[in-house]
Amino acid sequence: MPEAPLLEVDNLQTHFRTPDGINRAVDGLSFHVNAGETVAIVGESGCGKSVTSMSILRLLPEPPGKIAGAIRFQGRDLLKLSDKEMRGIRGNDISMIFQEPMTSLNPVLTVGRQIGETLRLHQGLSKAQAEAKAVEMLKLVGIPAPERRVKEYPHQLSGGMRQRVMIAMALACNPKLLIADEPTTALDVTIQAQILDLMRDLKHRVGAAIVLITHDLGVVAEVAERVIVMYAGRKVEEAPVRELFANPKHPYTQGLLGAVPKLGSSLTGEETRLAEIPGLVPSLKQRIDYCVFAGRCPKATDLCRKVDPALEAKAPNHTAACHYAEKELMAA
Amino acid sequence: MSATLSTTPTTDSAVSHGSTPGRPLLQVDDLKKHFPLRGGLLGGVTGHVYAVDGVSFEIAKGETLSLVGESGCGKSTVGKAVLRLFDITSGQVVLDGTRIDTLPNSSLKPMRRRVQVVFQDPFSSLNPRMRVRDILAEPIRNFGLAKDRADLDRRLNEVMDTVRLPRDAITRWPHEFSGGQRQRIGIARALAAEPDLIICDEAVSALDVSVKAQIVNLLQDLQRKLGLALLFISHDLAIVEHMTHRVAVMYLGKIVEVAPRRSLFAAPRHPYTQALLSAVPVPQPGAARKRIVLQGDVPSPINPPSGCRFHTRCPYVFDRCRVEEPLLKLALPAHTAACHLNDLPPEQNPLIRDGTPLH
Amino acid sequence: MLQPADVAVAAPLPDIMPPVKARRGFLGFLRRNPTVAVGGGLLLLIIAMAVLAPLLWTVDPTALAPARRTREPSAMYWFGTDMLGRDVYSRVVYGARVSLIVGFAVAFFSSVIGLAIGLFSGFIRWADAIIMRIMDGLMSIPAILLAIALMALTRGSVGNVILAITVAEVPRVSRLVRGVVLSLREQPYVDAAVASGTGTFRIVLRHILPNTLAPIIVQATYICASAMIAESILSFIGAGTPPIIPSWGNIMAEGRALWQVKPYIVFFPAIFLSLTVLAVNLLGDGLRDWLDPRMAKKV
Repeated sequence: MPEAPLLEVDNLQTHFRTPDGINRAVDGLSFHVNAGETVAIVGESGCGKSVTSMSILRLLPEPPGKIAGAIRFQGRDLLKLSDKEMRGIRGNDISMIFQEPMTSLNPVLTVGRQIGETLRLHQGLSKAQAEAKAVEMLKLVGIPAPERRVKEYPHQLSGGMRQRVMIAMALACNPKLLIADEPTTALDVTIQAQILDLMRDLKHRVGAAIVLITHDLGVVAEVAERVIVMYAGRKVEEAPVRELFANPKHPYTQGLLGAVPKLGSSLTGEETRLAEIPGLVPSLKQRIDYCVFAGRCPKATDLCRKVDPALEAKAPNHTAACHYAEKELMAA
Repeated sequence: MSATLSTTPTTDSAVSHGSTPGRPLLQVDDLKKHFPLRGGLLGGVTGHVYAVDGVSFEIAKGETLSLVGESGCGKSTVGKAVLRLFDITSGQVVLDGTRIDTLPNSSLKPMRRRVQVVFQDPFSSLNPRMRVRDILAEPIRNFGLAKDRADLDRRLNEVMDTVRLPRDAITRWPHEFSGGQRQRIGIARALAAEPDLIICDEAVSALDVSVKAQIVNLLQDLQRKLGLALLFISHDLAIVEHMTHRVAVMYLGKIVEVAPRRSLFAAPRHPYTQALLSAVPVPQPGAARKRIVLQGDVPSPINPPSGCRFHTRCPYVFDRCRVEEPLLKLALPAHTAACHLNDLPPEQNPLIRDGTPLH
Repeated sequence: MLQPADVAVAAPLPDIMPPVKARRGFLGFLRRNPTVAVGGGLLLLIIAMAVLAPLLWTVDPTALAPARRTREPSAMYWFGTDMLGRDVYSRVVYGARVSLIVGFAVAFFSSVIGLAIGLFSGFIRWADAIIMRIMDGLMSIPAILLAIALMALTRGSVGNVILAITVAEVPRVSRLVRGVVLSLREQPYVDAAVASGTGTFRIVLRHILPNTLAPIIVQATYICASAMIAESILSFIGAGTPPIIPSWGNIMAEGRALWQVKPYIVFFPAIFLSLTVLAVNLLGDGLRDWLDPRMAKKV
């Protein structure tokens, strides 16, 4: 019997009430994250990946939103906790880093205060202890001259530095789970490389599990161990990273992989026209009880337009929700 | 075609020479754009942002030149200077033999038609209070391209067909379209003027992966079909490699390397280009790559470093770099780079020794 | 074509919220914009009251009747009578005309003038510094003091009240418009229009002006509300609408002396003024949400 997963999301549904219908932003999503594992949730805008992360931390306003299903963290269902209990988990056991570090840092507090605040709140450290820990955290995330930087305000730091501060804040209480929502999207490539290196390095040193939310398949390939592909609020495929890139089963995943040019393709001569996924993502304000990708899928048949495919194992550890994805023989 | 570039400003001779067949469509010579910084009680000039500081390049008819670099390197400013959205500080912009940076507004109009633009943000690049029809008719009317109303309608239908939008969508408002469709409208507006050169300022950067592929394919098809030249401004090296003929790499207001595509990706001759190439995450798990992670951040363009502007972050920096600014020099055929390392014998040059970061 | 050996059907997903009935047309509008509906409805009622004043069981609001002075509210005199025996109900109903005329006229004129100055100043660099310093100067004087000073220089009339309050409001609108124009000028679609050969005049007309209208309309409602209050204050202190014309400010001014014994003379016009200002402000808030394109995009 394997150990219970750190996080288990079971049939998560996050819906929003809007004047012209219920927006089914996340609909029936299940996945798990083991301790120390890096799981990427990948998909295009509006696929529900960010709503998923906000749902886990219960950061969505209710109403107009409503979350159903179960989110079990270390066996406890987060959706059943009181607001006070939830505050004790946020920033302590589960912490989050956002895409835009400038808007998620408080502009009128020094960096040291912001990191220290979390520590004093969750770990009851004294002011001096918190300050010392803040310096230590800044050192951990590779900020030069941390003793000076703790006294600075967010606007005095560059974009890359701010993201490092965000990471320092997120890691200050030794969380067991770190949710990183597009952590490098707003950064330039050379800075992105620094932050990705930092995240990989910290993962080994801190040992927190990471849920990485991103649209960038390159980032997924570099950081993740397991990948969940989301489309229109559902999980359409899940596999270990190498398996997914080498052997995508769902036509949407295949389409995504074909749509990105590969750096160095002009040298190897494997240049091809980019694959297009025709059409648009369906409106989530209507209930879709057939395959969500049927409208854009090159292989769609009447079956796809009538029957919603279940996620099934297509290869070891590899599930996809497609009627036509071939099943590889598995040990019975 | 020669890609040799000189960093010394040329004289007005560019204007005088007639319709030489081999003449580049666009020639930019030692372009500088310094934005004044105002401050103090009286609003006096307290300094300058050296956004673009001596940039030279040329684009042939039907060619794609990509301008790559990170945010703040001045690549978008170059695009706007070529569009003449503001007056430049110094240098020359020559379009098909006519110097356009000094042209008075009255005679600028026919030249404007020949250079059009597609912007990054599909939402703010279309006026929310104009119907698609009016947006597309604007350049046609301004440049007097349509003979009569019937001709205007024919042209409008034609550009809608070209960008693969349904003809009846023309009566709708911009907010009724998705991001990708809006970007098609932006491209249609550029095409309506029948330009020779389109400046794509991060034109696909804000789009989702699957939509990005659609727009990239569309731009490539259009270029082939219409013989357009593109100035493709982007930070996405994989897309650039996919689309371009030649690449110019910018760092802090200067071009540090210009090369034909294969030469640049196979044999980068500037440490910044190498670092950029090595930093791009590739969608290939476990790909063994040598990564050059640059330390620190890009210095401020208000107070750029002396000598080589990259010396504060360069892994190979030596004394000469801090005092002497390297010029763009031919490093390989048609491939120029501004790095002192290229003066070293090949066996001592780490750029050659270590090869490309790509496999 | 491949055929699936056995079709795996996903478990149906439940609805976790009651469905939203998407209403179209007028009802849908009310549902989506309750503030516009309440504010606009209330304002329409008050406008109807002002327009239809003679039909609403009123008598001549200026008819003096010394014999019936200061009567309490009753079935005969709904809001009572004032110290000159005039029917307060009729005066309040007719008084709505002054408040509404002043409010709407000031909102209209200050928006038009402010729009012109703001557009000019946002587009002509050299004029900007001069105009904005003048506006700063005007704004540093409290609006009501400026209006009192202007009223002191002129003869009291509704026209002059409108003029005085308009002068005080124009700097606010021009600042707003200038700010909007400066941010619109940076929009990529304006750059694209320049590249498309559009001249400056047409850029202002087609690309800038239409996009300034939404914030101006919202601002105009706030100006309308504040102009109504300003008119009442001016009338109350005797520097506004001439006493011969019944306006809410005048009625309150006249009732002031009897406030402690006959509070209803002040109470009724005050209630109507508050309701009208509330209606206009509600409408403004609702319009702001409705016209704001960012809000629209989210939904």
